[in-house]
Amino acid sequence: MSKAAVLAPGSLAAPANVRRSTARVSNRTIVLVCYIVFLMLPIYWMVNMSFKTNEEILSGLTLYPHNPTLRNYAVIFTDPSWYSGYINSIYYVTLNTVISLTVALPAAYAFSRYRFIGDKHVFFWLLTNKMAPPAVFLLPFFQLYQTVGLFDTHIAVALAHCLFNVPLAVWILEGFMSGVPREIDEMAYIDGYSFPRFFGTVFLPMIRAGVGVTAFFCFMFSWVELLLARTLTSVDAKPIAATMTRTVSASGMDWGLLAAAGVLTILPGALVIWFVRNYIAKGFALGRV
Amino acid sequence: MDKVQDNRAWFLIIPVFLIVAFSAVVPLMTVVNYSVQEIFGPGQTFFVGTEWFEAVLKDDRLHDALVRQIIYSLAVLLIEIPLGILIALGMPGGRSAKTSLTLVLLALPLLIPFNVVGTIWQIFGRGDIGLLGATFRAIGIDYNYTNNSAHAWITVLVMDVWHWTSLVALLCYAGLQSIPPAFYQAAKIDGASKWAVFRYIQLPKMRGVLIIAVLLRFMDSFMIYTEPFVLTGGGPGNSTTFLSQYLTQMAVGQFDIGKAAAFSIVYFLIVLLFSFIFYTIITRTGEGEKK
Repeated sequence: MSKAAVLAPGSLAAPANVRRSTARVSNRTIVLVCYIVFLMLPIYWMVNMSFKTNEEILSGLTLYPHNPTLRNYAVIFTDPSWYSGYINSIYYVTLNTVISLTVALPAAYAFSRYRFIGDKHVFFWLLTNKMAPPAVFLLPFFQLYQTVGLFDTHIAVALAHCLFNVPLAVWILEGFMSGVPREIDEMAYIDGYSFPRFFGTVFLPMIRAGVGVTAFFCFMFSWVELLLARTLTSVDAKPIAATMTRTVSASGMDWGLLAAAGVLTILPGALVIWFVRNYIAKGFALGRV
Repeated sequence: MDKVQDNRAWFLIIPVFLIVAFSAVVPLMTVVNYSVQEIFGPGQTFFVGTEWFEAVLKDDRLHDALVRQIIYSLAVLLIEIPLGILIALGMPGGRSAKTSLTLVLLALPLLIPFNVVGTIWQIFGRGDIGLLGATFRAIGIDYNYTNNSAHAWITVLVMDVWHWTSLVALLCYAGLQSIPPAFYQAAKIDGASKWAVFRYIQLPKMRGVLIIAVLLRFMDSFMIYTEPFVLTGGGPGNSTTFLSQYLTQMAVGQFDIGKAAAFSIVYFLIVLLFSFIFYTIITRTGEGEKK
């Protein structure tokens, strides 16, 4: 900004411009800061509540825990029916990310490099699956997985989530792959590379940012989805988010425990975001900027 | 980029084709199968033709849910898209710690499981234990999302804004980052106003990502299920019963499988129609940029 102002001819107009633009920028920053406060308040409230005892929660409003307790977290980490929920969730989410990436990589390459019979139609068909309401598939999924004997297994949830993650992965990867010039492929083939060797040693390293971003999105959408995950599991592969409904007990809601479980479901997401923070912006544009 | 014509590329598509077909085609065929049958029990089914479809198209509660859904999705777009653009314009540039922190904080709501989003707002909005509910009570507004339809509807909308505006903002931010600094310098030399810079430089550069944003937000809000389910359970009355809620009620609650299946197909066709319109727009825009 300041460099531009120095370059600008007509020195009389320049200071006014600079002053106006800084005032404007600060206005926009205020909007941003207000919005972030709005984002953080509900989350803070839950974190706050997770460190309180139920007596404190119900006895009145306190802006911070007056008698901080770790009891809620202790319950979750010592009771297998609680912590196995986390293990189940992380297991099927990882499985889904691996499956999605494995099948999507060659397909995205085909879409970005070749024209073939029905290419546009297949691509559109894939995208429609991303746009199908999961509620539509609820009942048939339940019956399908029960029939093939996969009900209440991690692979069932991972496969079901492929319905929307595979199309998304193909879409994002295709965007990143189209950014790599064709000449690189041709050169590699002239140099005598076979397709698998070229793909693994030359092409993949070039789009590693794209692969990371895709993995992030697969992780994210599989992690936040609950409708299918809950329908396809009962005990052995039950996700943590479904376990949370257990907090209603005979003595009423266990609000502290509910809040603690909620906080723990946010943590993996926060960790993943931190690792990919420098690619987030480009990733959200699906490689198409 | 010129693509090569080669039908052997199909071999690369086969894994995706099989895995998506298993998850999509088989269940879809099951739904079609149900939608034309009356089911009394295992093995006792009768072909009823288009009866379920007629019942669905004449269902008043479904019409209400559809109208509610369309109003809701439009409200989501009208609030989230301008707000997202505004937030993106205020974001710091460059690779500083401030930028990283802003990005991480903005992206945080996107990685919270849908039902936990509902739980967060449940805890936040309750009059007795929630900060928001208690604040409203303190200033004399009788806020209660569990028995006031308007409050419930607004709470679900605010919750969606809270949950998803970041997505729009991050997309727009990506669009803004792709503008070379020389553009701004040229605008400065020409003495362009802030509005002109936005209208003629920033907005056109954001067009591509904005279309993705509108597409994703429209589709996801049109399929919203978990968040209102946790917060209000579709009530009070039917004020927050959107299409997915109504469908699940019909299929799982009332076990009205034939009708629910017919409804699923109509629902899917509506979404498909919109997808096709948006897909056409997206591909056209892409071609326009390449020329």
